Formats: sequence, structure tokens, C-alpha cells
Amino acid sequence: MADGGVQFFFEFTERDLLILAEGAKLTLIISSLAIVGGTVLGGLFGWLLSVSGRFGAITLGWVLDIFRSVPPIVQLVLFVNFFPIIGFPVDAAQAGTLVLMMYCSALVAQVARAGIEAVPKTTRWAGRSLGMSYWQDLRYVVLPIGLRAVLPSWTGVALGVLKDSALVSVLKAGELMQVSQEMITRTQQPFLILGIAGLFYFALSFPIARLSEHLERRWKYD
Amino acid sequence: MEYTFHWRPVFNRLPDLLEAGLITLEVSALSMVIGIALGLGLALIRMSGNPAIAWFTIGWIEIARNTPALLQLFFFSFGLGAYGIHLTPYMVVLCGMAFNNAGYLAESFRGGFAAIPDTQMKAARSLGMTATQAYLRIIIPQVLRIVYYPMTNQMVWAVLISSLGMLVGFHELAGETQRQAFRSFRLFEFFLVTAVIYYVIVKIIILSSRLIAWRLFRY
Repeated sequence: MADGGVQFFFEFTERDLLILAEGAKLTLIISSLAIVGGTVLGGLFGWLLSVSGRFGAITLGWVLDIFRSVPPIVQLVLFVNFFPIIGFPVDAAQAGTLVLMMYCSALVAQVARAGIEAVPKTTRWAGRSLGMSYWQDLRYVVLPIGLRAVLPSWTGVALGVLKDSALVSVLKAGELMQVSQEMITRTQQPFLILGIAGLFYFALSFPIARLSEHLERRWKYD
Repeated sequence: MEYTFHWRPVFNRLPDLLEAGLITLEVSALSMVIGIALGLGLALIRMSGNPAIAWFTIGWIEIARNTPALLQLFFFSFGLGAYGIHLTPYMVVLCGMAFNNAGYLAESFRGGFAAIPDTQMKAARSLGMTATQAYLRIIIPQVLRIVYYPMTNQMVWAVLISSLGMLVGFHELAGETQRQAFRSFRLFEFFLVTAVIYYVIVKIIILSSRLIAWRLFRY
């Protein structure tokens, strides 16, 4: 302000763009850790669900169902308040990553189970009678067929987790959404900043969507 | 472990939480009704192939599906606020969720319509039905079956999203919990009870949707 008075609001500058990019980087780190970890865990859970029958559905299935039925934001608040209680304070980014990972694994478990069940029993028996071991059957028969069947669902889950990483802002982790929120308070230009944040989310989800499309097309022919 | 749990303050406030749970259900259901109407409109416009308004529907659908729901809520709260339009927290959550639901449902509806073969329409018309009759009696009932499951999912999703109201000052279940928790400093206990309430709400929705489906799609 030219008159030298107290300045309450600040212009949006290129530097702010860098700050937003920093936030986007943390969003990328949190969500990719959560997606990778969640996919590995979820795959394992999905396999357990598919082999353990009724017992698994009641125990593991029920626990995973809780993760899917409680809003992620409530899970985040609970988690971040629970660890100090048992004597392990966690920082916001770690807590956010862990909660998102569990949430992701609960969603992926369903997808993975559907993928395993999409493989006809007869195909697997055929594999086994050719002399494949159980693990060979899983690796060379179930994995390729099941993966093709559920790739679009998995992509949906991964993109969902990326978007839900915005909720970690409630823990003040310094990721994209929280950085933008603070910048809005400072510059009073919500449309610009939310627009840029939206573009960043778009840019982060684009590679996942493209990769999945690419794989889907390539797998169609082999 | 030096922490002692205090459940008494939570149980004293349980009626408030349950009432807030009703608000959660109300805003979710309302946002679904609006979202279904808007989503159907978006799907029909997009399928009509009119290029002048197609970009508008595509923009809506892409933004709703590819950005965090929280960002969409912020658009309706301080985004519009910057232009002097101040919505109440209730309206912010309702508009944001309806916007979000409409985007997702539009894609489900489009998929549903695409799954019905053209011949169904032709057969209905050749039996002497008018276009409206054919839509109401032949096409829509079939589309409804296809989109019913995604719609149930969306309703559950709406309940989960409504918890974001906490961040825009709306006192639905999560927001009310936060308020009560800050008052009594029993954050963990309050949110644990709230998690249980959410779980029950989601189960009730899934159960009733199954009952409705059983009644509706018997033949």
C-alpha cells in the first residue's frame, strides 16, 4: 500500500506459486506412500479375504469395513490423538500418511478380492493340474487375469486417495490444501489460489489416470 | 499410559451428537436429491451432443471428479465470499456436496443410459408408445437397475463427505463433535463415539438400500 499504512493483505506473487508447489510436493509424497503401501497391504488383505472364507469375512472383513464406513477426517483426528495417549507422539505428515494408507488398504482389499474371484476356478484348476504350485498359480494365472479385471477400480481408489490427502490439512501437515488455505487468508484471492490448487491436483492425478489407460490398452492384446 | 479416559462428558452430550447425526443424514439426503436431478440433467445434456453447452457439463463433471471435495467446499465458502456472496455453513455444505454428487452421478447415469440397447427404444416405439412413455416405462426402469448400486455408494460417500462440514463451521455430526470436544478437552473419547455413530449411519443406509432394492427389483 502506497500510503504507508498497515498492510493486512498481500499480493499474490511468483514466490507464492513456489510455496504452493512445495505443498504439492508434500501431497505427492504423502499420497504416493499411502497408495503404494495401501496397495501392498490391500493386496495381502484381499488375498486373505479370498482364502479365509467365513472366518476372514467376519474378522478381517469387519475391521476393513470400519475403515470404509468412518469418514477419513474422523479417522485422522482419532489417530493423531490416540498415539500420544499410548506414548508415541507422531508428526502430522506421518499420521496422515499412516491413516491414508490404512484407508487405502481397506479399499484395495475389496478390489483385490474381486480380482481374485474374477478368475474362474476352472482356470486355476487347469493351472494346478499342469503341475503349478499354489504360488505359481497365484503369480502366473491369478495375477495377470485378476489385475486386468480390476485395474480401472484400482485407479479409482488411487485417485480417491490422492484427493483425500487434502484432508490431512486438518492436522496442519503443510500439504497443498493447507498451504492454499493459509495463502487465501493472507492474500484474499480465493478463486485464483483454489484454481491453482485444483490444477495441481489435476496435474498429480493425470499421470495415474494416463498410466492406467495405457496399461489397459496394452494388456488388451496380450 | 498416563491418560485416563473420561466417558461421562461424552454420554452427557450424546443427545446433541445424535441430533447432529440427524443433520448429517438430512444434508446428505438433500444433497443426493439435488445431485440426482442435476446429474441427470448433466448426463442428458452431455449425451445430446450440443457442443455449445457440452463443454460446460464436461467442465463440471471433470472438476467435481478430479479435485478434492474439500476444495469444492472451499469454493462455495470463501471462494464465493470474495465476491460478496456469503452462504451459511449449511448452504456451503449442501451446495458443495450437491455439486460433487452431480458430477459423479452424471457419469453413472451416462453409463446406465449407454448400457441400454437402442433396440429397446425402437421396440417400444413400434409397439405404439410415445417417446415419453417409452422413456418412463422402458428405458428409465432399466437404467435405474444399473445405476442403483452406484447411487447407494454415492449416498454413503455423501455421508462421509458431509463430515467436511467440520472445516467450514457447520455443526453436523463431525462439526458438533469438534465443538463439544474442544469444550470438554475429551477429543479422543468424543471422536471415537462419533466414529461409531457414522458406522451405524452407514450400515443403516446400506441395509435400507438393500431392502428397497429387494422390494423394487423383484421381477
